[in-house]
Amino acid sequence: MEQVIDIISWICLLGGALVVLIGGIGLVRFPDLFTRIHAASLADSGGAILVIVGCMLQAGLTLAGVKLAAILLFLLFTSPTAGYALAHSAITAKDDGLDVDIESD
Amino acid sequence: MEILGLYNYWVFAILLLIGLYAVITKPNFTKKLIGLNIFQAAIFLLYISMDKVDGGTAPIIPHGAAKDIIYSNPVPQVLILTAIVVGISTTALGLALVVRIREAYGTIEEDKVISMDRDQ
Amino acid sequence: MIIVFSLFLLTMMVVVALAVVETRNLFAAAMLTGIFSFLMAANFFVLDAADVALTEAAVGAGVATVFFLGAIALSSEHEHSASRKFGLALLAVASTAVVILLGTMEFPILGDGSAPVHQHVAPWYLEKTPELIHVPNVVTAVLASFRGYDTLGEVFVVLTAAIGVLSLLGFPRNNSEENAVNDGLSHQKILHIVGKLLIPLIILFGLYVQFHGDFGPGGGFQAGTIIAAALILYALLSGGDRARRQMPPRLLFGMACLGAFIYAGVGGTTLLLGGNLLDYSVLSHDPVHGQHLGIMLIEFGVGLAVASVMLTIYHAFAGHEHR
Repeated sequence: MEQVIDIISWICLLGGALVVLIGGIGLVRFPDLFTRIHAASLADSGGAILVIVGCMLQAGLTLAGVKLAAILLFLLFTSPTAGYALAHSAITAKDDGLDVDIESD
Repeated sequence: MEILGLYNYWVFAILLLIGLYAVITKPNFTKKLIGLNIFQAAIFLLYISMDKVDGGTAPIIPHGAAKDIIYSNPVPQVLILTAIVVGISTTALGLALVVRIREAYGTIEEDKVISMDRDQ
Repeated sequence: MIIVFSLFLLTMMVVVALAVVETRNLFAAAMLTGIFSFLMAANFFVLDAADVALTEAAVGAGVATVFFLGAIALSSEHEHSASRKFGLALLAVASTAVVILLGTMEFPILGDGSAPVHQHVAPWYLEKTPELIHVPNVVTAVLASFRGYDTLGEVFVVLTAAIGVLSLLGFPRNNSEENAVNDGLSHQKILHIVGKLLIPLIILFGLYVQFHGDFGPGGGFQAGTIIAAALILYALLSGGDRARRQMPPRLLFGMACLGAFIYAGVGGTTLLLGGNLLDYSVLSHDPVHGQHLGIMLIEFGVGLAVASVMLTIYHAFAGHEHR
């Protein structure tokens, strides 16, 4: 039983790491601001969930596990909000005539 | 791993030099303060690197803990903990000076401020 | 395994520091210093310094970034002049590099338990804390009790910084009701609602860090910064004028002074009761209980002072009007 939990936990951790890596590549390679926000927030939510679930499986039903659950809940609130706020500000800035396209530097 | 045992101190040296370089070469006062912050962070890293003991854990001794647990050194941690908070307060003071310089001179570039002083 | 992680973090820190120095956009530089501080905090945690990691995360990645952004908004977002004085910089950097590298050659390697730094006073603190002070967190015990005199000085330095900022920028003027145009980010409904949901939880976490500081990582410095960060978030969401009406900067500054004087007052009380300055054993019949009481009181003073100072400085920048 412990072996199974260990394997599932490692799958979650490695999967989370992979999602974050892909998100990072997307953040660098996507052409404009909105697709980049999409890549970043996807990695932020998906990767963080997988990594924290993997850690929770390692911790088991301890105080550390409960704290990890609280962190997960917090991240599920904050990271979509942050992505939304970023996109919203970009749209507002665009309406105001500011240049939000990625510069080549 | 023997050769990497000094890696922390090398990074400390590199960060210190990056900070020093920014303070000397950048004419912008805000950038100078950022360089000073990196310089300061390098010193934090030096102190905290010294507190580590192999196989040790954070210096929190639960009541009735076994005698043979190794703890890391609490003294550098205390020094740096207060230094971080003092550091941000002094940085804020520096930033307030930058804002006042901007209001008085209209610029925060060192060379322009000096040339304006000379012209007077 | 942990050493690989540590090497990665340290290398990333160098990369980020280089990026901070290279970029000409100060806004980007401020955000990158936030990332730098966060990497530094993770690195402190790897090095077994949980208290310091918590402080660095709250201060460096949280409040410092806001202060930098506040100052950049009041001054200038771009660097205009190019770098110069390369010769002088090269000379200073090269000579410092030689001295430091010569120095680090002699350093004991990381984690060497027989290094001189672990021989002198640290074993005494680790051995005597459970006996004399009886709180689990040795860092809190050293900070608040054994070296309480130093920490008293630090608190007054923080207070002095707030006085300095206020004397440079002045108290922010309270805008009257008629020009309450600055409503912060309240037009962003989702941000506003989620923020308001989270602010009480962040303050609750700050209070946990404050009062659990004897048992786990935490204490007045960390808690003060976390609570200040929550209230800065409120000011950002609801607009500075509204936040300043509800918590006037003069009141905040008074609270900062009160916090520092609670600390000094505990020291004075121990003197009056016949003990040494900040020797809390005389505060109660039982010396260990006296220590607990003293540490709790001065940590409260520290938390109050730090939170109020951070908020005062924030409002001094945010409420400053261009002249």
